[in-house]
Amino acid sequence: MTFARQTLAVAGKDVRIEVRGRYGAGTALPFAATVLIAFGLALGPGRTLLQATAPGLLWIAMLFAAVLSFRRAFEAEGEDGALEGLLLAPVDKAAVFLGKAAAVALQLLVLEAAIVLMVSALFDLAFGGDVLVWMAALVLGTIGLAAVGSLFGVLAESPRAREAVFPLLVLPLVTPILLAGVRATTLAIDGLGSQAGSWLGLMLAFDVVFVAAGTIVFEYLMED
Amino acid sequence: MAVATGERMMARATGRSAERVLGWCALVAMSVSIIMSLVVAPADAEQGNVQRLMYVHVPSAWLAYLSFFIVFVASIAYLRTKKIRWDRLAAASCEVGVLFVALTIFLGMLWGKPVWGTWWTWDPRITTTTILLLIYVGYLAVRRLPESPARRARWCAVIGIVGFIDVPIVQLSVTWWRSLHQGPTVRLLGETTMAPIMLWTLLIAVAAFTVMYCYLVTLRLRVGRLEDRALGEALSPRLAATPPAPPVAEPAEEVTPRG
Amino acid sequence: MIAAQDLRKTYGPTLVLDGVSFALARGQCLALLGPNGAGKTTLLRLLATLLRPTAGALQIAGVDALREPERVRPLLGVVAHGSYVYEDLTARENLRFWCRLYGIDAGSVDEALDRVGLGRDANTRVAGFSQGMRQRVAVARALLRRAELLLLDEPYAGLDDTAKETVDGLIAETGGRGSTVILATHDRTRGAGAHRTIYVDGGRIVPDPTDPALGPAPRPAGAAE
Repeated sequence: MTFARQTLAVAGKDVRIEVRGRYGAGTALPFAATVLIAFGLALGPGRTLLQATAPGLLWIAMLFAAVLSFRRAFEAEGEDGALEGLLLAPVDKAAVFLGKAAAVALQLLVLEAAIVLMVSALFDLAFGGDVLVWMAALVLGTIGLAAVGSLFGVLAESPRAREAVFPLLVLPLVTPILLAGVRATTLAIDGLGSQAGSWLGLMLAFDVVFVAAGTIVFEYLMED
Repeated sequence: MAVATGERMMARATGRSAERVLGWCALVAMSVSIIMSLVVAPADAEQGNVQRLMYVHVPSAWLAYLSFFIVFVASIAYLRTKKIRWDRLAAASCEVGVLFVALTIFLGMLWGKPVWGTWWTWDPRITTTTILLLIYVGYLAVRRLPESPARRARWCAVIGIVGFIDVPIVQLSVTWWRSLHQGPTVRLLGETTMAPIMLWTLLIAVAAFTVMYCYLVTLRLRVGRLEDRALGEALSPRLAATPPAPPVAEPAEEVTPRG
Repeated sequence: MIAAQDLRKTYGPTLVLDGVSFALARGQCLALLGPNGAGKTTLLRLLATLLRPTAGALQIAGVDALREPERVRPLLGVVAHGSYVYEDLTARENLRFWCRLYGIDAGSVDEALDRVGLGRDANTRVAGFSQGMRQRVAVARALLRRAELLLLDEPYAGLDDTAKETVDGLIAETGGRGSTVILATHDRTRGAGAHRTIYVDGGRIVPDPTDPALGPAPRPAGAAE
C-alpha cells in the first residue's frame, strides 16, 4: 500500500469515527459557544470593544475547541489499544500521523465555520473585507494546530495526561498561530489583506516545521 | 560515533570528582562575578545602580537558552540511543533551565519597573521568555505523570525537541506583534556602547553562570541516579523475599460465557 | 523461525523476565504455560516487538527483531488482551479497515465474521460488544490475516465452547499452512495439542511441574539457569 493510500485509510477511519460519534457537534462546538458567550459577558456589553476584540476571540475559541478535538481523536485509539494495532500494522508511522492530522484538520475546519458564524452574530462583526485572506489564515492556522495536536495527542492516550497537561503543552507552542491568525484576520476584515502577507508566511513556516517534525518524530511516540 | 564520544565525555564530566571541582570553580567564579558587578563596574550613567541587574539578568537569559539547547540535544540523543542517561540529562538541564528562566523574568521585571515605570511591558523578549517558561514547565509536568519511565522519557524528548524548534518562530511572531505599537524603543541594554569594564564584567558574569549551570546539572544528575537506585532498592527486597510460588496445577477453568 | 537468547525485562526495579531462551522452528506450535503473573504476557509482547527487552537477543525469521522490528511486524498476527478495535465502528468496518492496512482483500470479511459467530452483529458498533465478542473480532481478524507467526495470549478468555473451538480451528489452520504458532495460556487442556511446551514461572523457564516426562524445551548452550 502506498504512503498516500495509507494516509487516506487512516484519515478516512478517523473521519468516520468522528461522524459516528459526533463529538464535534456534541461537545466541542457547545464548548466554543460557551467560551464566546463568557467572553462576551466579561467584555461587553459595549459594542465597540466587542467588535474590536472579535477576531481575537474567534481564534481563542478555535484554540480551545481544537484542544478538545485532539483529545477525542486519540481517545479512540486508547480504547482497546487500537494504537498498538496500528503500530503492528505494516503502515508507515508517518502516514498514521499525517492521516490523523488530516482528519483532525477537517473536523476543525467544520468547527471553525460554525465559530465564524457565531462570532459574526454575537459580536456584530461582518466577515467581509478580503475574504480569501482570512480564509487562508483559518486554513493555515488549522493545519498548524492539527499538526501539533496530532503530535501531542499521543499523550492523550494516557487518561491522566489528558486532563491538565495536554492543554498546558499545546497552547504555548501554538502562540505563533494565535498571533499571526488574529493579525491576519483583523487586517483582512478591515480590507487590508495585502498587508497580511508576512503573517500568512509565518503561519506557513510554522506549518511546514511542525508537519515535518511530526512526520519524523511520531514513530518514536508510538513505540512502547 | 559522535554519540559514543559524547557519552564518554559525559561520564567523565559528571563523576564525583568532577562535581567537586565544578563546585569550587562555581563558587570562585560567582564570587569574582559578584565583586565585579557590585564594586568594580561603575554605575550606569542613565539608570544608576539598578543597571547592575544586567550582570545577573543577561547571564540568566543566556543560561536559559543554553539549558534548553542541551535539552534539545539530549532529547535527540535519547530518541536515537534509548539510553536513559540522556533522558536524565535532559530532565536535569530542563529543571535548571526553568529555574534560570524564572529568574530572568523576575529580574527583568525588577529592572523594568524603575526604568520604565511598569512591571510588565509585553516586550518581545520578556514575552517570548515567558512562553519559553510555559513550554518547559509543560515538560516538567509531563515528567511528573505516573507513567512508565520509558514512555515518559519519550514524550519529554519530543517536547524537548519540538519546544526548542518552536522558540525562534515564537520569537519572530511576538516581535512582529509587538512592533505594531510604537512602544518604548529604549531597550534595557540601551543603544549606547558599554564601557569596556562593564563589558568585561558582563562576560565574566556569563562565564560564572555557565560554570554554575554545569555544577547544578551535575548535581542534579547525581540526585537523579540516586533516585533511580533508591527506587530499585526499595522494591527489590520485596521481590527477593517472596520465592516464586510453587507451580500448582491450575484446574481447567470454565469461564462462564459472557458473549 | 524464532531464536530467543537470554531475554530479560525489567520495569524500573521489577524483574519480570529473567533470562528466557528458546528456539522454535517454522511450522511448530509452542504452548507457553504458567500461572498468572509468570511473565507469559511480557514474553509474548516482546516476541510481538511491542516491548523492547532490557537485555537479550531475539531473531525472528532471520531478522534481528530488536534492531529492525518494522521488518518483523508484517509477519505477525496477534490475538491478545487488547482487541485493537474502534468502539465507534461496526465489526465489519473494523475488519475492513484492518484489511486495507494489511493489503488483504476485504471480500472475505463477512465469511470470517460468520465463522466466529458474529454474522448477525456485523453491523453493530463494537461499543456494545462484550469482552468475549471483541475477542472474537480479534480472532476473525487473525483468520483473515493468515500470519506467518501467530501469537495468542489467553485467547480463550471470555469465550464459550463454540468460540473456543473456532480458536482451535484458527490455530490448526495456521499450522496447516506451515506457519508458526505461539500460544500463551493457563488452560492446560488447550495447550495439550502443541508440538512443544514451555512452562514459565517467575520470569524464567522452569521444568513443567505436572509432566515430569515432558521436561522443558531444549535450550541453547550457555543459557541462564
